[in-house]
Amino acid sequence: MQRPDLKGNFEEFGGRFVPETLMSLVVDLEKTFNALKKDKGFKKEFAFYLREYAGRPTNLYFACSLSEKLKTLKVYLKREDLLHTGAHKINNTLGQILVARRMGKTRIIAETGAGQHGVATATAAALFGLKCDVYMGEKDIERQALNVFRMKLLGAKVIPVTSGSKTLKDAMNEAIRDWVTNVKNTFYIIGSVAGPHPYPMMVREFQKIIGIEARKQFLAKEKKLPDYLVACVGGGSNALGLFHPFFNDKKVKMIGVEAAGYGLNTDKHSAAILKGKTGVLHGSKSKLLQTKDGQIREVHSIAAGLDYPGVGPEHAYYKKIGRADYVAVDDKQAIKGLKLLCKTEGILPALESSHAIGYLEKLAKKVKRKSSVIVCLSGRGDKDVYELKEIV
Amino acid sequence: MNRIDQKFESLKKQKKKAFIAFITAGDPSLKVTEELVLAFEESGVDIVELGVPFSDPLADGPTIQAASYRALKNKINIPRIFNLVKRIRKVSDIPICLMTYYNPVFYCGDARFVREAKSAGVDGVIIPDLPPEEAGALIKESKKKDFSTIFFLSPETKKERIKIIEKASTGFVYYVSIAGVTGARKALPKTLKENLKKIKRVVKKPLCVGFGISTGSQAKEISEVSDGVIVGSAIIKQIIKNKGKKNLASSVARFVKGLAKNV
Repeated sequence: MQRPDLKGNFEEFGGRFVPETLMSLVVDLEKTFNALKKDKGFKKEFAFYLREYAGRPTNLYFACSLSEKLKTLKVYLKREDLLHTGAHKINNTLGQILVARRMGKTRIIAETGAGQHGVATATAAALFGLKCDVYMGEKDIERQALNVFRMKLLGAKVIPVTSGSKTLKDAMNEAIRDWVTNVKNTFYIIGSVAGPHPYPMMVREFQKIIGIEARKQFLAKEKKLPDYLVACVGGGSNALGLFHPFFNDKKVKMIGVEAAGYGLNTDKHSAAILKGKTGVLHGSKSKLLQTKDGQIREVHSIAAGLDYPGVGPEHAYYKKIGRADYVAVDDKQAIKGLKLLCKTEGILPALESSHAIGYLEKLAKKVKRKSSVIVCLSGRGDKDVYELKEIV
Repeated sequence: MNRIDQKFESLKKQKKKAFIAFITAGDPSLKVTEELVLAFEESGVDIVELGVPFSDPLADGPTIQAASYRALKNKINIPRIFNLVKRIRKVSDIPICLMTYYNPVFYCGDARFVREAKSAGVDGVIIPDLPPEEAGALIKESKKKDFSTIFFLSPETKKERIKIIEKASTGFVYYVSIAGVTGARKALPKTLKENLKKIKRVVKKPLCVGFGISTGSQAKEISEVSDGVIVGSAIIKQIIKNKGKKNLASSVARFVKGLAKNV
């Protein structure tokens, strides 16, 4: 069976929970996207920009020293951090901006947490000469000052969001309010596998290039499939991009790493799959961190890009059917992972991706025999240097 | 027929239009909300829409967002709002519907929400982030209990959806005057009256118009081509203006009376 189904559902997750003003638009978007998916010209154009502009394919790098250190694991890194703008986000923004152009939209909006999606959107908008406004929580503006400056250099307007927890969730609220108001000329580039149908499916389709390449590269190097895939999960776009092409490879185990913040036993974490209950936010039904009154909880992660109370509906589905396992890594373990990769491989990962690295020591202890693993190194850590200076 | 249906029936006989007032429950307090509802009944308000505060009110502009935030600070939740309606029902039969986002309802459970709302004396519900396509369970439970489910039409709604929305709606259909969020606006779109006339030819259920209406003349103009008008943010601004004053309810009711008489 095809997932999502025609209504955008991954079993009980997904769907389309938007104000009426947006309904016609998202239905149009779905039709356009479904047509473009099969359109040779569109596929060629998308492939062109991924290759010539973003720098695909990215390397699948065998992390030799890290593997030696971990002993039981042979670790390959999918180097999305080497892409233009420094993270996997550019795959999706290039795809969506090509759709926006086909729909005749003249203005782009986006939400951003860590600023990586904001930068990737501002970049794509600059490339195609479209006006771009990015919503960003005030708290994130503070901790990701470098990316704010980058977006401005790229010609985007960064609009500070002061409501709620002043992070990613609130930026998304404000972006949706803008979208509802300017629905005629504006295209909303959502940064993760979240939002109303067709976004979770569309973003996955634009990100699955990560897994398609990684699978081919791994097969070429090792003549077999990996034992494990590991990726961090906020909304979950880099993870789904890696996982999806391996869906039918039943022996390949998938592990999504959520942010445990100060710890899963505190209320300061962002582990929506592990600790959330089913609910509806930002256009889809998925796992959500919420109170007993159904109010959305304020969450925490050291990584601004993971600091979100929900998760993409397809991850909730993967969890339910047992296709992927989900674990959590706290702020301290993530920083430990970041330092480990710096020292063993000379690679500074983003705080988000550091959660995936931070899980490897645990996995190394868990495996019974020598195992191979592909880790999605979703972004580089340059953007985090200022914040790290305060912590490390 | 519940209180909302009865109200439209009697308005129709009198050739009158509905004036619907929105306030957020528990802003500034549940006690004041109770006073306001009762004062509204004396001031020409036909239906009261009570807002259930939500942490992420993404269809609302700054005024109702702030009201929602204040109510949450007062620890307002659905059970407390049901208790408020129970108290009001001891002395008043004014039709009351709740306006809430879907997550608190979903968390409570569609069946339980409808059952408890109905038994508290609530007549219907309006959920801006729940289109009819996703509302199967809620509609089914509501039908059983003669509980109104009010859905939205917008200037962006395509022709083929209008009938779907009307069919799913009971009580009345909510027409959003303008693409955007809630909140008072100086001017309404020039095409609004034309649009409403077109829609009135198709939609036979009562059609009420909200979003952006804040003055008597706007209310008058729109009620001429619809079955009612909904005012929210403009009333909440009056509540803020009179905050802490002893005669808050009567002052706000006076403002509301001034609007309602135009309808």
